Amino acid sequence: MIYYDKVTKIYEDGAHAVEDITLGIDAGEFVSIVGHSGAGKTTLLKMLFAEVRPTEGSIFFGSRDIGSLSNQELLRMRRNIGTIFQDFRLIPTKTVYENIAFALEVAGKSDEDIKADVPHVLELVGLFHKIWNFPNQLSGGEQQRVAIARAIVNQPDVLIADEPTGNLDPINAHDVVEILKKINDLGTTVLLATHNKSIVDTVKRRVVTMDQGSIIRDDKSGKYVL
Amino acid sequence: MSLWINIKRVARYGFIGFIRNGFVSLSAVLIMTITLFVVATILISGAALNETLQNLKARVDVSVYFTTNATAEQIEDIKKMLEGQPEVASVTYLDRESALARFRERHKSDQRILQALDELDENPLGASLEVRAKEVSQYEAIAKFLEAQQEKSATTGIDNVNFYQNKTAIDRLTSIIETSNRVGIALALILGLASVLISFNTIRLAIYTSRNEIGVMNIVGAGRWYVRGPFVIAGILYGLVSGLIVLVLLYPFTLYFGPASQRFLGEFNVFTYYASNFALLFLVVMGGGIALGALSSYLAVRRYLRT
Repeated sequence: MIYYDKVTKIYEDGAHAVEDITLGIDAGEFVSIVGHSGAGKTTLLKMLFAEVRPTEGSIFFGSRDIGSLSNQELLRMRRNIGTIFQDFRLIPTKTVYENIAFALEVAGKSDEDIKADVPHVLELVGLFHKIWNFPNQLSGGEQQRVAIARAIVNQPDVLIADEPTGNLDPINAHDVVEILKKINDLGTTVLLATHNKSIVDTVKRRVVTMDQGSIIRDDKSGKYVL
Repeated sequence: MSLWINIKRVARYGFIGFIRNGFVSLSAVLIMTITLFVVATILISGAALNETLQNLKARVDVSVYFTTNATAEQIEDIKKMLEGQPEVASVTYLDRESALARFRERHKSDQRILQALDELDENPLGASLEVRAKEVSQYEAIAKFLEAQQEKSATTGIDNVNFYQNKTAIDRLTSIIETSNRVGIALALILGLASVLISFNTIRLAIYTSRNEIGVMNIVGAGRWYVRGPFVIAGILYGLVSGLIVLVLLYPFTLYFGPASQRFLGEFNVFTYYASNFALLFLVVMGGGIALGALSSYLAVRRYLRT
């Protein structure tokens, strides 16, 4: 479903973030990408939704080469990829409801669908009671759960989580990972980048280990080994 | 999904953004109010200067005074000759009786002059012709022509041509007005440009605070206009609100300075101008505000759009 074909990324300042990576991910997989800071995890993920373009090689999403997509196709593809980040990236001037509704509006959903889907997805992450709050009125864990709700409300094929637990305490981090597992169980492919050992060990799924831009291990049911 | 739903959503977010970013909106509106006020002031003072110049030019004339014994034929001859000149716009004849009446009217508060006049047996004033040229610069030529006629005063009956008495004053006035007009235009351009740039920068800063938001919208898959639209709407709202403020503020402002402007400029009253040119002011201030707000937002968001 996702295929990195000999992908290299060299930034303008000359930093080799990703070096000649070939990696295939099947639909429905839960893949943890682990490694120290600067190993190239984030760059690898950013290239999937084309926020960063590879210097060499191609990335396929389904059968399409991401590099060959038009602007419109790229936007459509992004609506099919949910993203969560360490810093949550909620829109501060919008309420919880509006933050999630925004993703649906962008995807062209009707007002009726939006009114039905937003409360539903908020119940899924256990935040229905905060629906009219603004992000700055929520704790870190709650904000991340809103971000997850936004990421999955369009029922994307892939969910990308880049250090989603980086700003959270262990209990909230555990909750977030449980939600990710639940989403994966419902059929969504999950890509999780993290350097949190205990999280990876509790997931017990495929682990891809990166170091200095290269993949050094790829274990089917792995643990965090570095 | 229909375009209409998109427009509705974008407009709604524009309004919501304008309200929720209250402090940012307030500062943008304040700066734009100042800008639009400067623009309106430039417009009004430009009109004031222009109209004053026109009025002064209209007052410049050359008067030809005839001796008291000049005949009607002599005067008619000169009048015909003047009307034949290409530079001459009009020639007005003032007979002796009218000249006397005008003199009395002008000195009606001075009893001594009137008494002296009454003691005279006959009207001491001669008839005169008031000559107006098409352009201020053409008076010289007309005066030269009349001067030549004056030298033959025995046959033409010309007593005096008053242009040379006023010449230096007229020249100086013309050059002062023209210089101040040029300086005024240059100053207005610099001031106008500066305030437009400040407005633009304020809106850019307002959008800079939202750059992360724009990044998120990009990643969620929002199209260009979906991201840009609400900011452009907010920009239009800045323009609308500050335009309204300026138009309302101009009322007491011009009302207050109206009498003073009339005393200083002669005939031009800024309040009368505001009242009678309100449509033009409305168009310039509102149109300028909306265009400035929308364009500034459009350009500022473009920086942060990555798709």
